[in-house]
Amino acid sequence: MTRLRDALVGLRVVMAVAVALGLGSILILVTGADPVKAYAALVHESLFDYWGLSNTIVKTSPILLASLAVMVPLRAGVYNIGGEGQIYMGGLFGTLAALHLPALPSMIAIPSALLCAMLGGALWAGIAGLLKAWRGINEVIVTLLMNYIAIHVVSFAVSGPMIASGAPYPYSDEIPEQYRLPLLMPQTDAHIGIIFGLVAAGVIAFIFARTATGLSLDIVGKSPRAARYAGLNVKTHIVASMASGGMLAGLAGGIEVLGLKYRLFHLFSPGYGFDGVVAAFIANANPAFAPLSALFLGALKSGASVMQRAAGVEGTVVDAIVGLVVILVAASLAWKGDLLGGLIEGFRLKPTPADQVNPTEQQS
Amino acid sequence: MSFLPDIGLIAVLLASGVRLATPIGFAALGGVLAERSGVYNVGLEGMMLWGAFGAAAGTYLTGSPVAGLVAGVLLGAVAGLLLALLCVSLAVNQLVAGIAINLLCAGLTAFLARALFGLAGGGTAVSGFASLPVPYLSGLPLIGPALFNQDPLAYMLPVLVAAVTICLYRTQAGLRLRAAGEGPRAVDSAGVNVTAVRYVSLALSGAFAAAGGCHLVLCQVYIFSEGMSAGKGFIALAAIILGRWHPVGAVVAALFFGLCDALQLQLQFSNPLVPYQIFLILPFAASLVALVWFNKGTRQPAATGTVFDREAR
Repeated sequence: MTRLRDALVGLRVVMAVAVALGLGSILILVTGADPVKAYAALVHESLFDYWGLSNTIVKTSPILLASLAVMVPLRAGVYNIGGEGQIYMGGLFGTLAALHLPALPSMIAIPSALLCAMLGGALWAGIAGLLKAWRGINEVIVTLLMNYIAIHVVSFAVSGPMIASGAPYPYSDEIPEQYRLPLLMPQTDAHIGIIFGLVAAGVIAFIFARTATGLSLDIVGKSPRAARYAGLNVKTHIVASMASGGMLAGLAGGIEVLGLKYRLFHLFSPGYGFDGVVAAFIANANPAFAPLSALFLGALKSGASVMQRAAGVEGTVVDAIVGLVVILVAASLAWKGDLLGGLIEGFRLKPTPADQVNPTEQQS
Repeated sequence: MSFLPDIGLIAVLLASGVRLATPIGFAALGGVLAERSGVYNVGLEGMMLWGAFGAAAGTYLTGSPVAGLVAGVLLGAVAGLLLALLCVSLAVNQLVAGIAINLLCAGLTAFLARALFGLAGGGTAVSGFASLPVPYLSGLPLIGPALFNQDPLAYMLPVLVAAVTICLYRTQAGLRLRAAGEGPRAVDSAGVNVTAVRYVSLALSGAFAAAGGCHLVLCQVYIFSEGMSAGKGFIALAAIILGRWHPVGAVVAALFFGLCDALQLQLQFSNPLVPYQIFLILPFAASLVALVWFNKGTRQPAATGTVFDREAR
């Protein structure tokens, strides 16, 4: 029965995506272009062309990690909308490490820089977790505000203390050769970052499904009172899950610098943190589906410019289509709430602060 | 005498603070209505953007800023109804729905602006509302320019705040709205349609947030640019909490953030040697610090964030 239910959920999401793409074709028609041609160009160039595919992979890696950064805290009932800020902090810490650590061999250099990037993201998200756990402050608002702060902090760093000598724009020095991620596809930009994402998705799916940690996160998320009764420390779980999420987003920022950009600059992430939120919801917060939903968004992003060249459609239509996808997927996940009651229950907002008694909860 | 604060400078600071606070105030007022009726409106940011686009498009197409304002506010109400459809009827998680609205608005406005105003993404300036100084009063020292030399939309905000406060606390409709956010089951037993109450509140919420976006276009920059709400909707969310879900409190909190914003602009200009990013952080950092500082003892409406389902027990 559970399997049938899961299959239905999957199909429902696919149907919603199809409807969104259909509505998107209306937008394309409005601009006077041919939707069939546009979509064909998008699919072909982003998935079946060597260069296009490499571009898709480059965009999928940070989105995948950013979506996992949403899923881990969500399991404990905490919303992390701050992936973007954590990516910036990860990029900052990773670049600082790569620029200031000694000239180590790559086998040590890359992991140490990436660990620093993860630390940066974890610290940034950890602040929101601490405020949520100990002061009951709404983590959605805190993480949203901290996104802007992180972006300005990086902007400050690269236009002041870290600026490369003689740089015409605010950017840092290039990171040394031994800190750069190896390429996955020769002669392209596609680096091994995607492997980090895939491994992380697998590990997290395993932790969620098969370990005591996954179970305790689940209990904390579904019923803080039951968790306390079971002797779990709700506060540490909230902080730890948030920091782990930040770690993943920080890693995304680190691989973006070490794998692709090779230097830090203002606005180096084009909203991957928010794409991660979208990918997490399309995957219904299931890490096993995350690679697929991230690939879908990555392909849309990398196809955006192709659509413009091949079919004369503004690349911004992709942003509009992503918005439609989110609305329809969100609606489809809630459709027939009684059948999917259990799943949707996991999505419902927990009262803040965690120990506040909710009258409606008592009735149900 | 140089150590005394310059009265003229403070007057300028207050005036620009009020101007910068107005969009946040509109959005926060809309957010209070939504959350009082039991629904989080995380989509304020997108609705502001949507309103800004509507104002620019309406003014561009008709040449009249009044028509632009109407268009913007109507589009905002439609976005509010969409949020209601998702949150109230389809029982989508309210945060997810709000984020979805933000993404849809950001994408659609960027796309439509390029289609309408050309490739530059809104390089077309539109006409807007000029400041309307109140005779005599605008000449008052210190507070004159801040309170009595503003644009029509800024004058409208305190009027709306008063109207909303009276409606919320002195009318039956207001009682129903607040009750829908505190104990929907009891309201339902009393024969009030909770779904209808929440739909109306969210439509108004979207309209108010959009009015804030209209202010950005019609009273501040006279041009639409992508992502121009730039986090103001999120600051409004903080203002709602700081204002303890009261219309007056929320707008006063918005005023505080507007003043922070004005202060950072002034500091930027007077301290060209200090990196400007430090000042840009100020309004966001102030929101965070204020949230931490004043969080004790606040309580949101009991049913906010929950789905009301008549059949569920």
